[in-house]
Amino acid sequence: MSAPAIAVRDLNVRFGTSVAVDNASFSVAGGESFGLVGESGSGKTTVLRVLSGLLRDWQGEAQVAGHDLRQERPRGLARIAQLVFQDPYASLHPLHTVDRVLGEAAAIHSLDRPNQRIDDVLRAVGLGPEFRFRFPHQLSGGQRQRVAIARALILEPTILLLDEPTSALDVSVQAEILNLLRRLRAERGLTLLLVTHNLAVVANLCERLAVMRRGRIVETMDAARLRQAESEQAYTRQLIAASRGYDRANAAEIAFDA
Amino acid sequence: MSRPLLAVEDLHVRFALPTRNVHAVRGVGFSMGREKLGIVGESGSGKSLTGRAIIGQVAKPGVVAASRLEFDGIDLRSLDKAGRRALTGRRIGMIMQDPKFSLNPVMTVGEQIAEAYRVHNRAGAAEAKKRTLEMLAAVRIREPERVWGLYPHEVSGGMGQRVMIAMMLIPEPDLLIADEPTSALDVTVQTQVLAIIDDLVTQRGMGLIFISHDLNLVASFCDRVLVMYGGRIVETCRASELDRAQHPYTRGLLAALPRIDAPPGDLPVLRRDPAWLGEL
Amino acid sequence: MSDTAATWREYLTTPTPASRRQAALQRAWLSWRRFRANPTAMVGLVIILIIIAIAAFAPLLATHSPFTQNLNNRLMPWSAEHWLGTDELGRDVYSRLVYGTRVALRVIALVTIITAPIGLIIGAVAGYAGGWVDAALMRVTDIFLAFPRLILALALTTALGPGIDNAILAIGLTGWPPLARLARAETLTIRSSDFIAAAKVVGASPARIVFGHVMPLCMPSLIVRVTLDMAGVILVAAGLGFLGLGAQPPQPEWGAMIAAGRKFIFDQWWIAAVPGLAICVLSLGFNLFGDGLRDALDPKASS
Repeated sequence: MSAPAIAVRDLNVRFGTSVAVDNASFSVAGGESFGLVGESGSGKTTVLRVLSGLLRDWQGEAQVAGHDLRQERPRGLARIAQLVFQDPYASLHPLHTVDRVLGEAAAIHSLDRPNQRIDDVLRAVGLGPEFRFRFPHQLSGGQRQRVAIARALILEPTILLLDEPTSALDVSVQAEILNLLRRLRAERGLTLLLVTHNLAVVANLCERLAVMRRGRIVETMDAARLRQAESEQAYTRQLIAASRGYDRANAAEIAFDA
Repeated sequence: MSRPLLAVEDLHVRFALPTRNVHAVRGVGFSMGREKLGIVGESGSGKSLTGRAIIGQVAKPGVVAASRLEFDGIDLRSLDKAGRRALTGRRIGMIMQDPKFSLNPVMTVGEQIAEAYRVHNRAGAAEAKKRTLEMLAAVRIREPERVWGLYPHEVSGGMGQRVMIAMMLIPEPDLLIADEPTSALDVTVQTQVLAIIDDLVTQRGMGLIFISHDLNLVASFCDRVLVMYGGRIVETCRASELDRAQHPYTRGLLAALPRIDAPPGDLPVLRRDPAWLGEL
Repeated sequence: MSDTAATWREYLTTPTPASRRQAALQRAWLSWRRFRANPTAMVGLVIILIIIAIAAFAPLLATHSPFTQNLNNRLMPWSAEHWLGTDELGRDVYSRLVYGTRVALRVIALVTIITAPIGLIIGAVAGYAGGWVDAALMRVTDIFLAFPRLILALALTTALGPGIDNAILAIGLTGWPPLARLARAETLTIRSSDFIAAAKVVGASPARIVFGHVMPLCMPSLIVRVTLDMAGVILVAAGLGFLGLGAQPPQPEWGAMIAAGRKFIFDQWWIAAVPGLAICVLSLGFNLFGDGLRDALDPKASS
């Protein structure tokens, strides 16, 4: 049995006195599409920051593709795991063209034939060469997100970490991006770790998922069971019910914190 | 048939910017009674501006024009600034997405709600405080006295929105316009906040305009739905009949939504037909 | 519109630029158009361009040499021969004014070359690095900020001898701290942005991030601050000249001219007033230009 693509064990992250991640453990097999679901404050984004190398102050074990995150600096991880951010309006430098964004990634790692690679990766995300020299403000939200995905892909990682990649996008654009991610995963055999609060997106794109609440992993399950709304945990059931839309009956079950 | 609570005909909102002209709302017309009306659209559809035009909050250089804009028989276009201000707040309230931007950061939450009360009612400080505490309890805040003294930055998202609801409903308006009131909230908190709005609107016999990009949510929460695209209304129907929508945009949007219970696989992509933008 | 003008317009406004150079030119063109739409900014630009033209064509525009003395003809009001009269040594005031533009522009240029890079680099590095690097650099900044310009100028002229170049050095060394503070403040806002995090995840080194990502975003506010400071630089140089610490006679520096004309202010007021007016006009020009530049360069203002 091959080593998992992502392995997290007893991960603990604290910011001052508050606990962001509390003894979280899960693993993602190579080529799998895994969802990490939770509301705000659940710790899901923190887990992603640990796995991408942005956050270095944590306890426990975390590995990507067999590399211990404690040892590697972000630059060493860059060709293994890449991160796509939530807000397409914030994740691209306002003064850099698409060409500069992609070219810089290639230059940092001294990739050969950079021009060719830039054209190839733009085509792979569904953008033609006419987008290559545009600035972010000349792109729509969906186009910017495609550029962000292209930036992640040009380094040919095996793992793609996605932080709410479609939350800031319109419904119609979201569908395009989800389809794109699905296709790219099939073509390149990528492992996807998708962090989101949207259970419908998870049901559409993921094979397995973990539900987080207040830093802990509450439940891990197959997406198939999610689609049947079968869950062992009350919290997960609440999330599923709330995701379906508004139902006055559900409101009685959920208690306000204050 | 009794007079509609709100009647809008041929509403236009235009912006004359230095580089180009933007025609954001193009001939929107609808009427509503004391019901929950949802306005759904993607970004750029003009839904937020429609709400703002009704309440008179379209900032310069925006220009609002309509052949009919009546609230409970009062012609909103004929009111001057002072008249408009007196009407809105007392009879029409508006809640927006992020309470952080709508609440005054240097006043406590309780003071702000009390102020909202006193602007529209002759009342002393004690009376205003009493009503404020009652209102905070009505939005299911468990410790109204404690929350009275909190500042906006000390209050979490869900509570902040409940505070906004309290502030907007304390003058007992007839119409509430809610622009993405729960989009910034967690989905469980969302259900609770919507339940509060639902209960209060029903109890007081108010009308509600619920503006959102979330088609699913609007369909399950509202009585009737208007779908906007490119500044126009492309579909009007009862919320329960949304799956039988006629317009290709609505159908496309419904098809493009991922669903929890659907099998995984490609979602049909919405093909925008320029004909939907209509004649200019 | 002629053919070449039409093709240029097409080149600069097409939504699909085809090369790095075209994209950069398009951005510059957009900034220029925003600037051009601002009337006061254009006034500022015109003033600056006129002064640069005067400096460039000084030998052609001056009627006399700025150095020729004529003690028989001192303190004369304006006449056909001396358009703005003569000063206390009989030199033509108008010609000294014209040549004085060269000195003024030289001071501005050299001070900017000293202060801007130092301020930008120190501020951006301090803001991005944080921790002890930030603390150390900011304390150094505080030390330089504490120096009064005139005292430092005095010290330098005592050590190195008087002259306009030492005055420039003194102004430069005391002029970079506010720019460093500004660059640091901008950097603190920028560094928590997603695009910076994205650059880190892609593997960019801190140096690449500071020079390639952070500094370009500090530029607009820095440029504006520098242009607004230029007015102040002229005044400080004039002040130093006034004290005899800057330009030395017979150099036609406006501040020194005001100093010399101080004694005659009641009867031959033009000797001091004319260079004073010139300083006002130049300061005004830079102020208006700097304001307009800020509006034009703001990336958020792009549609």
